[in-house]
Amino acid sequence: MQNYFLNRRYVVTQLLKNRNNSLIINGLGGTCWDVASLGDNELNFYVWGGMGNSCMIGLGLALSQPKRKVIVITGDGEMLMGIGSLATIAVKHPKNLSIVVFDNELYGETGNQKTHTGYCADLSGIAIGAGIKNSSIIKTNDQLLSLSLNINLINELTFSQIKINNEEGPLVLPIREGAYIKTRFRKAVLGEAILLE
Amino acid sequence: MDINWPLKIYEVLKKNNIRQIAYVPDAGHKSLIEFCQNNKNMNMVSLTTEEEGMGLLAGAWLGGEKGVLLMQSSGVGNCINALASITRACNFPLLMIVTMRGEWNEFNPWQVPMGKATEKVLSALDINVVRCEKAEEVQDTVYAMMGLAYKSNCATAVLLSQRLIGSKAFKE
Repeated sequence: MQNYFLNRRYVVTQLLKNRNNSLIINGLGGTCWDVASLGDNELNFYVWGGMGNSCMIGLGLALSQPKRKVIVITGDGEMLMGIGSLATIAVKHPKNLSIVVFDNELYGETGNQKTHTGYCADLSGIAIGAGIKNSSIIKTNDQLLSLSLNINLINELTFSQIKINNEEGPLVLPIREGAYIKTRFRKAVLGEAILLE
Repeated sequence: MDINWPLKIYEVLKKNNIRQIAYVPDAGHKSLIEFCQNNKNMNMVSLTTEEEGMGLLAGAWLGGEKGVLLMQSSGVGNCINALASITRACNFPLLMIVTMRGEWNEFNPWQVPMGKATEKVLSALDINVVRCEKAEEVQDTVYAMMGLAYKSNCATAVLLSQRLIGSKAFKE
């Protein structure tokens, strides 16, 4: 069984404490509650469904908003379901996109069944193999603090797999209505006039 | 004289500022993909599987850009949950242009079941579907479905029939 040091709520707090006006896409389940635990923000697009597509939402957004930083925070199970998207993203290589995977080696929402990373799958190795050269695995606090210092500044496509322990924080559920989350996000990014187009 | 319908589709996409072109290649879309690749304002995104298109084009719209997904009918089967759980769940606009297999003089029997199911699957997801059988219908249909998508937040699909695109020729 895994025995990693980093707690997911500590990790998300460090990663987003200097988010400025970064655009955040989360994965399903645990990473959604993690992002929500820091408080609601119009620049969060809370994903509640369509498992496997979080990184692709991040890609479409990064391509359409090349001057804005886009951070996808997802889990190992969600990433595995859309693993081919790493190849798609590597081809486009948007410099303003960072993908962060919280890897507890478990399907946390469904009863803590082991994921492939708990057996043998090497996500950061797969990302490198897909063509995302700036890929790393993070297991220590020093590595995490270095990532959180740089994530908003770095002008390069990055993939970070953060090994976390299986401690859960308090359940914090964000808004669920998809059309509202979408329209609120567009208004915050594009301005109110977009609603009249 | 024959109508160059792939060129007509390209002109509609170009004129209406369609910026992200997501595609899984299909022989029926070969010319259209090439027209788009030669336009520097169009961002070509080659997908590993069609369902990536729902996420990509949702993200594009969140950032203020319009897109299109080009695929063949078998790809519709790959998209079902993403269409339901992203596109429909959030009322994202979507324009799909689907080349049909498994109907007109199909050589490969493995293509037939998904070809027959394509329209039913899309309808089951409450997606607006129009079929084109003739070259002269294509331009207006793509324009109209794009309008429905991007003016009225609808998910739309234009099905290009196999009779229109020509059945795939295998060497005999």
